Amino acid sequence: MLYKKYKLTVVSILAAGLFLSFFPAVNADTIKIGASAPKTGPLAGGSTVTFWPNVKLWVKQVNDSGGIKLKSGKAKIELIEYDDRTNPGEAIKNIQRLATQDKVDFILAPYGTGFNLATAPIFAKFNYPLITHTAITDKVEALTKRYSNIFFTLGTTTDFAGSVATVLGKMKAAGTIGNKVAMVNVADAFGIELANAARPIFKKAGFDIIYDKSYPLGSPDLSPIIRGAKGVKPDAFVAWSYPPDTFGLTAQAKVQGLNVKAYYTAVATAFPAFGGKFGKSAEGILGAGGINPDTKAMKDYFASHKAVTGKTPDYWASGMVYATFQILRTAIEAVGTKDRKAVTAYVKSNTFNTVMGKISFTNQINKKYWTVGQWQNGKFYGVSSTGRSGEKAAKVKPKW
Amino acid sequence: MDIVIVGILLGGAYALMAMGLQLQYGVAKIMNLANGEMLVAGSFAAFWFFTSAQVSPLLAILVVAPMAFIFNWLVYKIFMRYLVKKARSEGQLEVNSILSTFGQSFILVGLMLALFGGEYFSYSYLEKPYTLFGQPYELNRVVAFLFAIFFCCVLYFWLNRTRLGLTLRAVSVNPEASGLVGIDVPNISALAFGLGGAVTAVGGSLLSMFLTFDASVGVIFTMKALVIVIMGGVRDIRGTILVAFILGLTETAVASLIDPGLTLAAAYLLFILILLFRPEGIFGKRST
Repeated sequence: MLYKKYKLTVVSILAAGLFLSFFPAVNADTIKIGASAPKTGPLAGGSTVTFWPNVKLWVKQVNDSGGIKLKSGKAKIELIEYDDRTNPGEAIKNIQRLATQDKVDFILAPYGTGFNLATAPIFAKFNYPLITHTAITDKVEALTKRYSNIFFTLGTTTDFAGSVATVLGKMKAAGTIGNKVAMVNVADAFGIELANAARPIFKKAGFDIIYDKSYPLGSPDLSPIIRGAKGVKPDAFVAWSYPPDTFGLTAQAKVQGLNVKAYYTAVATAFPAFGGKFGKSAEGILGAGGINPDTKAMKDYFASHKAVTGKTPDYWASGMVYATFQILRTAIEAVGTKDRKAVTAYVKSNTFNTVMGKISFTNQINKKYWTVGQWQNGKFYGVSSTGRSGEKAAKVKPKW
Repeated sequence: MDIVIVGILLGGAYALMAMGLQLQYGVAKIMNLANGEMLVAGSFAAFWFFTSAQVSPLLAILVVAPMAFIFNWLVYKIFMRYLVKKARSEGQLEVNSILSTFGQSFILVGLMLALFGGEYFSYSYLEKPYTLFGQPYELNRVVAFLFAIFFCCVLYFWLNRTRLGLTLRAVSVNPEASGLVGIDVPNISALAFGLGGAVTAVGGSLLSMFLTFDASVGVIFTMKALVIVIMGGVRDIRGTILVAFILGLTETAVASLIDPGLTLAAAYLLFILILLFRPEGIFGKRST
């Protein structure tokens, strides 16, 4: 009875389905792209500023332009995205699934150093190019030797620590600051690695680390640290910090009046939320990363990022995330097919025009990147890099 | 002196995190793993009021508290009631409520993610120095502390000096016997659960003045609250309050005198010591 009543509907749905399933094949090609990064968990706060909005922006822009140009015609992107819940095990499963079940043509690099390293073997196994955008480690040489498909763009730990020493060294040479540094770090892989790298470099640059402490990730009260640092009267304050503590330390430093000529916090200083929260007080604060926000390409990128996602990108890795997507598109279009090995080979030996400027790889490593930035007049400008153009001079931090 | 003040301020913050859970776990017998998410929801509400309408978080709690109460009361009436009915023992109820509220915490995270997005949230309110004995402290921490003290006192006197408070304590000590003497246990439990949620959410609004938060940070607060409630003795709010302050003082003393890197170690050492020597918690009663 019921079947009879709905017979016509059922038949027409079936017919429509049959028709639609043939339809894309005759009309246009698609290119499947996979993405896996945190949407929840401790790293979600970073990836939802730096990674996911860029994915949305890039896919929209590519598809609005008709798709990626292949020899067989334009192919629109079909995006498959997964949440890795800030869990490396989950990230590995996601990439495996994208490769074997979804059979995607390319996979965007995951977010965060640990996640790129954890999933690198699977990327290698299935020959996917892994153009990382948010991986910072001193092991780049060893990793690129082991995996012929991995690329590094954002820099190394030693360069990040070294650049801070360089910036402070210049201020010391100019006589604006003395040689006493208070250094703190978050007791987590990234903070410990940076602090370890920084100690000998600072010493070599003629600095005296008079306060050197670590604190656990997620400390609810950082006032004892700022109090301790203030007690030793340093010329410069350096914190190898993560997002929640970057905010927490700075709020405490402001309230307790830790007035130093150079104040540095690491990750998230370049986030728009940091400038938003501290406003004029952010002036002169140094932080990890930086870009040149005044180039035309960067201005256009900021405008379209805001228009498409409603959010402002950060002043560091956001641009690099987008740049790696640009590199991927350029390489696929140059090769003209979905041949992953050919695309990897193309990335290795060519120079790419990106929103960050020209990027090329030496032994799969981009050697020119921003390392230190500073809030100046409401924008976060790169003040030190390993060879990018448009560095501004670092200023002395005014009092809070 | 400095250490004592900083420690007490931190203790106030911990009390705000843990008092709500004590009411929910101690009286309503629901081990609420979504407690941290409720707190973060309170933070989001305060953030939203502050950034969209410049409403002070201190006023926002007037709206947050009743909303959170109604929400938690409904959660209890709709979901938890069945768990309580079906559970044959307190132990079974505990396991069931852990599983159910664990699921709830994911739903809440998902909702906040959908509404606000996953990035970090932070705003500046009363972020200026307040001088006490010649030392500057963050004014917002001092204000949050005063509120914490206020809530501690109100809850304490309400539980100990009023008839309704007495029935709450009775249910906490022995739900079966309370039922026998004519106490409406299901409704009292729902009241305690709703009230606990309201206290937690208000705590979240106050803490958001100085803590940076994001949609999935709740589990950290849940863990902290859980440790405090268990150390204090599950059935007595005095234990929760006392332990919150002991923990704040310990962590600050360790951070200032020994090394900031050891605060977590000190907190958990304290936890282990209490579990070893008084497994029922500081104010807990030894079961016979």
